[in-house]
Amino acid sequence: MIESLSYPLGFVIPLLVAAGVTIKVSVGAFVLAILLGLVLASIRFFVPSPIVRIPIAIYVEIFRNVPSLTHLFIIFFGLAYMGVRLGSISAAVIGLGLIGAAMLADVFRAGFEAIHVGQREAGLAVGMSPRMVFRHIILPQTWRVTLPPIGNYAVQVIKDTSLVAAIAAPEIMFTARNLVVNTFETTLVYGIAAGLYLLICIPLSRAIRRLEQHMAIPR
Amino acid sequence: MIDFFRTLFEHVPLWAPRLIPATGVTILITASSFALALVLALILELFRSLKIRVIDRLIGGYVEVIRALPILAVLYLIYFGLPGVGILLSPFAAATIGLGVVYSTYLAEVLRAGVDALHRGQREAALAVGMTPMALFRLIILPQAVRVMLPPLLVSLVSLLKDSSICALIAVSELTLIGRVMMSQYFLPLHVFVLIGALYFSIAWPMSLFVRWLEPRLNRGRRMAAAGEP
Amino acid sequence: MNESIPLLRVVDLHKSFGDLKVLKGVTFDVAPGERVAIIGPSGSGKSTCLRGINYLEPPTAGRIELDGVVIGQREVTPGIWRRMSDTELAPQRAEIGMVFQLFYLWPHLSARDNVALQPQKVGGQSRAEALELADAMLAKVQLSHKADEFPERLSGGQQQRVAIARALAQQPKLLLFDEPTSALDPELVGEVLNVIHALADEGRSMVLVTHEIGFAREVANRVLFMDDGLIAEEGGTSLLVNPKSDRLRQFLRQVNRQDGN
Repeated sequence: MIESLSYPLGFVIPLLVAAGVTIKVSVGAFVLAILLGLVLASIRFFVPSPIVRIPIAIYVEIFRNVPSLTHLFIIFFGLAYMGVRLGSISAAVIGLGLIGAAMLADVFRAGFEAIHVGQREAGLAVGMSPRMVFRHIILPQTWRVTLPPIGNYAVQVIKDTSLVAAIAAPEIMFTARNLVVNTFETTLVYGIAAGLYLLICIPLSRAIRRLEQHMAIPR
Repeated sequence: MIDFFRTLFEHVPLWAPRLIPATGVTILITASSFALALVLALILELFRSLKIRVIDRLIGGYVEVIRALPILAVLYLIYFGLPGVGILLSPFAAATIGLGVVYSTYLAEVLRAGVDALHRGQREAALAVGMTPMALFRLIILPQAVRVMLPPLLVSLVSLLKDSSICALIAVSELTLIGRVMMSQYFLPLHVFVLIGALYFSIAWPMSLFVRWLEPRLNRGRRMAAAGEP
Repeated sequence: MNESIPLLRVVDLHKSFGDLKVLKGVTFDVAPGERVAIIGPSGSGKSTCLRGINYLEPPTAGRIELDGVVIGQREVTPGIWRRMSDTELAPQRAEIGMVFQLFYLWPHLSARDNVALQPQKVGGQSRAEALELADAMLAKVQLSHKADEFPERLSGGQQQRVAIARALAQQPKLLLFDEPTSALDPELVGEVLNVIHALADEGRSMVLVTHEIGFAREVANRVLFMDDGLIAEEGGTSLLVNPKSDRLRQFLRQVNRQDGN
């Protein structure tokens, strides 16, 4: 695999390719987490009946009180045992997405509740149905409140992709490990891997912080 | 479904002798890294309180770098990378240091929030009634700081417990690693990891519930009436 | 006396929060064009009563009728009434305009959009029509020049006037005011009271819960004094000068003492 090795370039290229996988998995998981989290939070908000709330609460509690690695193993190895053979990248996206959705469901719920109940009352008082209140009053304002935690999650999901090395997804840490096993250049390889994460995450964090300042929450 | 649970319960006595010490290791790692994180956080905040700009910038940069790295990357750098410059650590030591360093950045924020939580007016009022600075610290600042810091600290502890599973990937014999081993030994990945998940859950969830129970009690009387709330 | 159906009938309203009985059987009518002021000490249930009218605080027992139609409940089978959901209630609430003590303007919308939202999204008007109506209502409360401002840039008095415009845009049959000036700085109270006064002069039907006794005398033609969950005394505004019951006399004396009379 790593025949023509002219380091450090021979390390950088496979790691860059792996960084692409890292980003792909992150984006996939992020999108899944936001969509699912929003759906769950909306359902919870709208349907006060326990039949709906309890399963969602159970889902959230399970995913938030068990390590991500365990979830990934259950999804990758456990499903394979049951006959559902997922590729490691699919398992990675699904696993991280489900974990993220549990967290974001709570974030969105906090976002909904942050909007003063008086505004909802005013919406009902003018004759809007609860669904209309949600669409016109609550949802437009939710983004402002939830941007910081969602931004944090975006950076977090990139870091979490490192875990999917354990289910053999060809992202940065997995690729780094393979390189080390073949070349024994631990410090250099892991150093470059770390550097790649810094290159991705630090600009992203800073951009998010700038965005937050730009959208300074009024009121 | 029933078969699943039957198989699971059949194996529990077989697996317990390995799972229990592994759980112990998990708890030990969590506790020692939390302690280290707390100490490091205190040091960080102490340096920050000096308000020397150079130090602030250095600490800021240091924190930014640590926060941009995945925990696994930090652990690999410490366990596999350091030997390259001559420092060899046991898996347990590397894990404790790695987790401790990473979490110290989060705990530092918690500590800062705890101290900032006090309004200056309270300090002035206490001095005005003739309290010594020591009494002020003991009776006014400390109780309130603790109130503010306790829930986030506990939440971080739960988070650390979950992240301790990452140490499995640097050969620490904690719960997740044992799970991997048993999984290939018994060919029952689903059962093994569901059980392991349940074990983590049984430790983490009560702590989460405790925090949720604790929070309103600690906040009683702290909330200033929001403007215009009837 | 008017033989037509009263615009609003409140019949035997009860409301409990758990063990706490806040309303213990309140009954009164509002005729078209009447302005009813509800006064009373805190805890008497006046706000709860008002909010029961548009079912924001659904009563535990009793009935509300607007123009002869029962609000908030449906008769599923003769004799069996079921409370309506918020979605079912929406059209009924659209006919009642409410102004809240804390205004509750929507912060992400400009003043004009706050007022236009209801006509457009509930009233079914086109955006152009809704905006026209909004501008007209804002002109009525003398805030045309602030139509594009967001609530955070408006003073309390201005926000409340926008809230009034918002309620007016519903073209409601009845207006409800829940202590509209209690949260305002004293110098801003006047501008809001002037607007309400003008609405009263137009002959709009309204129920006004207020602390401003003097204003109640100017604007209302009927007064309800509530105490401890019941109507303790009711009559014309002369009550405010010549109370009949001791309780009302005591209350008025306390209020006057606060105003420095």
